[in-house]
Amino acid sequence: MSAVPHRRGWLKAAGASLAGLWLAACDRITTNPRGAAVLASAEGLTRRAQRRVTDRKALAREFPASEISSDFRANGSIDPAESAYRAHVAAGFADWRLVIDGLVERPLSLSLADLRAAPGRSQITRHDCVEGWSSIARWSGARLGPLLNQAGLRKNARYIVFHCADSLEQTADGSGRYYESIDLIDAYHPQTILAYAMNGQPLPVPHGAPVRLRVERQLGYKQAKYVMRLEAVEDFAHLGRGKGGFWEDRGYEWYAGI
Amino acid sequence: MAKRVLVYRHAGLTRATHWVNVLAFTILLMSGLNIFGAHPALYWGQKSTFAQPWLSIGAEERDNRAVGVTRVGGVKFETTGVLGYSGKLNARVPVAFPSWATIPSYRDLADSRRWHFFFAWLFVTNGVVYWLAGLIGGHIRRDLLPTAADVAPRNIWHEVVTHARLQFPKGEEARRYNVLQKGAYLAVIALLLPLMVGTGLTMSPGFNAAAPWLLDLFGGRQSARSLHFLSASLLVGFVLLHLFMVVASGTWNNIRSMITGRYAITAEEDAA
Repeated sequence: MSAVPHRRGWLKAAGASLAGLWLAACDRITTNPRGAAVLASAEGLTRRAQRRVTDRKALAREFPASEISSDFRANGSIDPAESAYRAHVAAGFADWRLVIDGLVERPLSLSLADLRAAPGRSQITRHDCVEGWSSIARWSGARLGPLLNQAGLRKNARYIVFHCADSLEQTADGSGRYYESIDLIDAYHPQTILAYAMNGQPLPVPHGAPVRLRVERQLGYKQAKYVMRLEAVEDFAHLGRGKGGFWEDRGYEWYAGI
Repeated sequence: MAKRVLVYRHAGLTRATHWVNVLAFTILLMSGLNIFGAHPALYWGQKSTFAQPWLSIGAEERDNRAVGVTRVGGVKFETTGVLGYSGKLNARVPVAFPSWATIPSYRDLADSRRWHFFFAWLFVTNGVVYWLAGLIGGHIRRDLLPTAADVAPRNIWHEVVTHARLQFPKGEEARRYNVLQKGAYLAVIALLLPLMVGTGLTMSPGFNAAAPWLLDLFGGRQSARSLHFLSASLLVGFVLLHLFMVVASGTWNNIRSMITGRYAITAEEDAA
């Protein structure tokens, strides 16, 4: 009779050690630079595959007004403490200017009124946080494509970088400052806008006042809030920690289409 | 005297794709449980209705101690140690699924997404190879599609009864899948595994632009996320039953047949 519990105990111990080995191996692959690079290689495959099966101008789903969320969640920075930003809030963004520079023929400095007068678009779209939740809102803003044409992109410009007013992490070297980048396919997409209004009201501070990016075919962390400056670049390796965005510098995919 | 003979049961491609699928499914499941932990709540429809998830897993304070709580619909279960609040005694942490069930073993959305999408490609490639080979080579039609005799109510009832008694076919009958096996395997390869891919892709904002009909098919991104979770749960149920049947009907014989292809059956006396 004693053989059965003994055998069961042995099986249990063997099972537990196998599971432990398996978990330890997975953790080691995760933290090993080469292992991480292999896992990360799927991102390029996903980007190329999605771009191949998707028309450049294919639109993200737009919803009826009845689907607008009454509980749209705001996360990341929701009330930036930077003094320069606080001054803009206090002044109602009257002196706020959006700078468009970098690899452009004619650098621009645009007020909120300039943006409102620019070719615009309104769209009711879904915001998908990388965490897994979704909220829906109506966004109104200036289309990015015409603004870039107004500034005149140079031939070697490949990405648009969005420099933001907020620091999501306090670091000595300033690498906690939020930024994002998209390529020109997304920059010229008809739904890519610099949104100054949400559900018909001026963009609230928790959602990125006065202007946030909407790049509707990607996840929430690409939708940079508190946008201060757009920079056309050939490469983003010299910015932040070189991965093209605040969350990208912390392990998330640059292509956030999935 | 009954004679034991080895028959060739599983083709090389079936065996290879089976084991690749074991690896891919295990990693997708475990990294998926880690991803779920970033927002451990599920909803129906296009968007999240934060106040009313149909399922949520979390930790809360009760009598000055933390407990794990799982809510399904309006019903609340205390699940300390497994769901919501788990880990070594006195070192428990609030986390949806316990460390031993997730990849990585610590909560990390960025890393678990890397694992998930890498192995999603392997899983899909493996599935496409299996399906193409199965359709062209006839494995699906020959071995898995139930015959008219299989689906006769009397036969189904007979199989249910013998399975419940853990009596398994012998001799010639053991050379082929019975109707319950066929049904279970077909449900997995034709329904649940494709559903994992379909609902997974429906959560992709990029793929939504390419195939907006998927949103209509599954009723929205948050519905797709719920179905992804439920379908994965059914697959876990299948795997547990599958492993139980492997053990009940001859552990080493079954494992060998999925490695070398050879399966021992007890031939009837005059079979030769």
